[in-house]
Amino acid sequence: MKSGENAVAVKTIVESVRDSLGDEMRRDWRVIVLGEDVGVHGGVFRATDGLQAEFGADRVIDTPIAELGIVGTAIGSALNGLRPVAEIQFADYIFPAMDQIVNEAAKIRYRSNGAWSCPLVIRAPYGAGVHGALYHSQSVEAFFLHVPGLKIVTPSTPYDAKGLLKAAIRDEDPVLYFEHKRIYRRIRGEVPDDDYVIPIGQAEVKREGRHVSVITYGAMVHQALEAAEALAADAVSVEVVDLRSLLPWDRETVAASVAKTNKVIVCHEDSKTGGVGAEVAAFIAEELFEDLDGPILRVAALDTPVSFSPQLEEAVIPSTRHIVDAVRRLAAY
Amino acid sequence: MTQEYTSADARVQKLNTHGLDAPQLVELYYKMALSRAIDDRMWVLNRQGKIPFIVSGQGHEAAQVGSAYALRPGEDWVLPYYRDLGVVLTLGMTPREVMLDAFARAEGPSSGGRQMPAHYSSRRLNVVTASSPVATQLPQATGVALASKYKGERAVTVCYFGDGATSKGDFHEALSFAALHKLPSIFLCENNGWAISVPVAKQMPVAHVVDRASAYNMPGVLLDGTDVLAVYAATRSAVERARAGEGPTLIEARLYRLTPHTSDDDDRRYRPEAERAEARQHDPLPRYERALRAAGVLNDALVAEIRDRVAREIADAEQVAEASPPPRPEEATLHVYHE
Repeated sequence: MKSGENAVAVKTIVESVRDSLGDEMRRDWRVIVLGEDVGVHGGVFRATDGLQAEFGADRVIDTPIAELGIVGTAIGSALNGLRPVAEIQFADYIFPAMDQIVNEAAKIRYRSNGAWSCPLVIRAPYGAGVHGALYHSQSVEAFFLHVPGLKIVTPSTPYDAKGLLKAAIRDEDPVLYFEHKRIYRRIRGEVPDDDYVIPIGQAEVKREGRHVSVITYGAMVHQALEAAEALAADAVSVEVVDLRSLLPWDRETVAASVAKTNKVIVCHEDSKTGGVGAEVAAFIAEELFEDLDGPILRVAALDTPVSFSPQLEEAVIPSTRHIVDAVRRLAAY
Repeated sequence: MTQEYTSADARVQKLNTHGLDAPQLVELYYKMALSRAIDDRMWVLNRQGKIPFIVSGQGHEAAQVGSAYALRPGEDWVLPYYRDLGVVLTLGMTPREVMLDAFARAEGPSSGGRQMPAHYSSRRLNVVTASSPVATQLPQATGVALASKYKGERAVTVCYFGDGATSKGDFHEALSFAALHKLPSIFLCENNGWAISVPVAKQMPVAHVVDRASAYNMPGVLLDGTDVLAVYAATRSAVERARAGEGPTLIEARLYRLTPHTSDDDDRRYRPEAERAEARQHDPLPRYERALRAAGVLNDALVAEIRDRVAREIADAEQVAEASPPPRPEEATLHVYHE
């Protein structure tokens, strides 16, 4: 933290993303941005606002609305020495690019025995809570968790958004950078001007606690913090671990938290079956069984698409209440 | 060798060599003969049980060698597909390199034993690592060309693919973006008429791949892909156009795959013998040999010398590759990520 006369800027997550993109473009001529509406429009969430005006239309490229083309073109530019940051406007639309991401970007280094690499960032807003219905609400991280060669990060704060984006752009491998759109503007926080990175694969304990660990990421970090605050009144002490990186993920920080609390909940907004929580829970069961004083619980969305109707959406997505209930149940063991 | 051709200059002119001199004409022949002989040898090694799977591209040699010969190896960029043995040989991959890959050896330049044979890659030659899904290299080629233009380099990017690949959305998205940005690129379709067993009549509602070029506002050049000099000339023109900043070109080289798709394919199941016999009459290799003989550029002695050289190179490559060690099991986890 700097002294009082140099007050640290307070930003939203989306402002932090935009400013960090600008920083990296100023620092490294190889960084280009491409995607649908990223140029003149500045992005439907304003995440690239002002970049084309500053860096020009050949560096901030409005592409056709064609996701496999966006990602395929970005891969090619990475093969020829650039550091592309491709935007998929909503994570729900990433699937046409699945072949390029899974069969190409993720395997280029391996299949060429290390001769080629694909330093590419794909940014995509994801998640529910904005009345986005089936096709503007999905969490897609689990589809990619299974793919060797990819990295996945998802920030929960403006501070982390900057450090993780800089790490992603400077990484030598393809990184999926998922931004939870519900907290784009809802969460504000201090973002220092200095040039820092948050290493990919490093979780952070966002709140220390003694009784129950909640392992989570993205928007659910804030739900978990809310739950922890509510439970503190009942003398239940909750530790909130923000994974921040999903691939690779920080087993050490999770293990340390489980060793301390002996009770663990894995929480995500994505649907339950085959989600990140299943992987984290399996690791804890395999490696940390002796530390456990209760079952590993998962708080996750129902295995159901997300609807436009607020009543239907709320029935599917986990809330603070669900976390509180799960903590109480586990704490009683 | 040059001396031999001086007296034949007049006949060489009749051939329309597009400015190539006699040693260059012979070099084209040598590359085609080398490509054919390696492909032939791969079948033998496969049937001997030494290489469990091979991809074959006999009949494609003129299109591959002629087009690659118009490029600057190591400066221009090439995204081949799995049938492009003639392309990579012309650019400068050696028979030893090809055999090391085929035997899945640790020293194999394309993948160190990770990929099937024919999934070519060479950083030295700007040959981008290829995969098995068809058409994925097309949007990547657009991105490679975008980067060249962005960096202000004069490199041209050539993307190769078969007729089957033009059925995929990748084809559309790649050509559309490349044309919108007037990128220095060439999309070269080796149209052999068959996507494994599916004929073009069941793939395309148009007669020619180049019929689609107008949709991208780019020139479409339809070629006899068994005429190596015609392919060379057309590619050279497209390269000049790309270097001049005038944008991409779609080239369709019509030819015929004389062999099955791979060592696991039996093309007698879907292609009538009469069609295959007819196609062999248009085999690009004897066709070019006849033309060069008629022009006085080739004679029995020179053909024998080239065949002997090809045979020696392949025998040497095979011997080196067989003796070369396979990758070690502990290397299986290397290069998933940067280390």
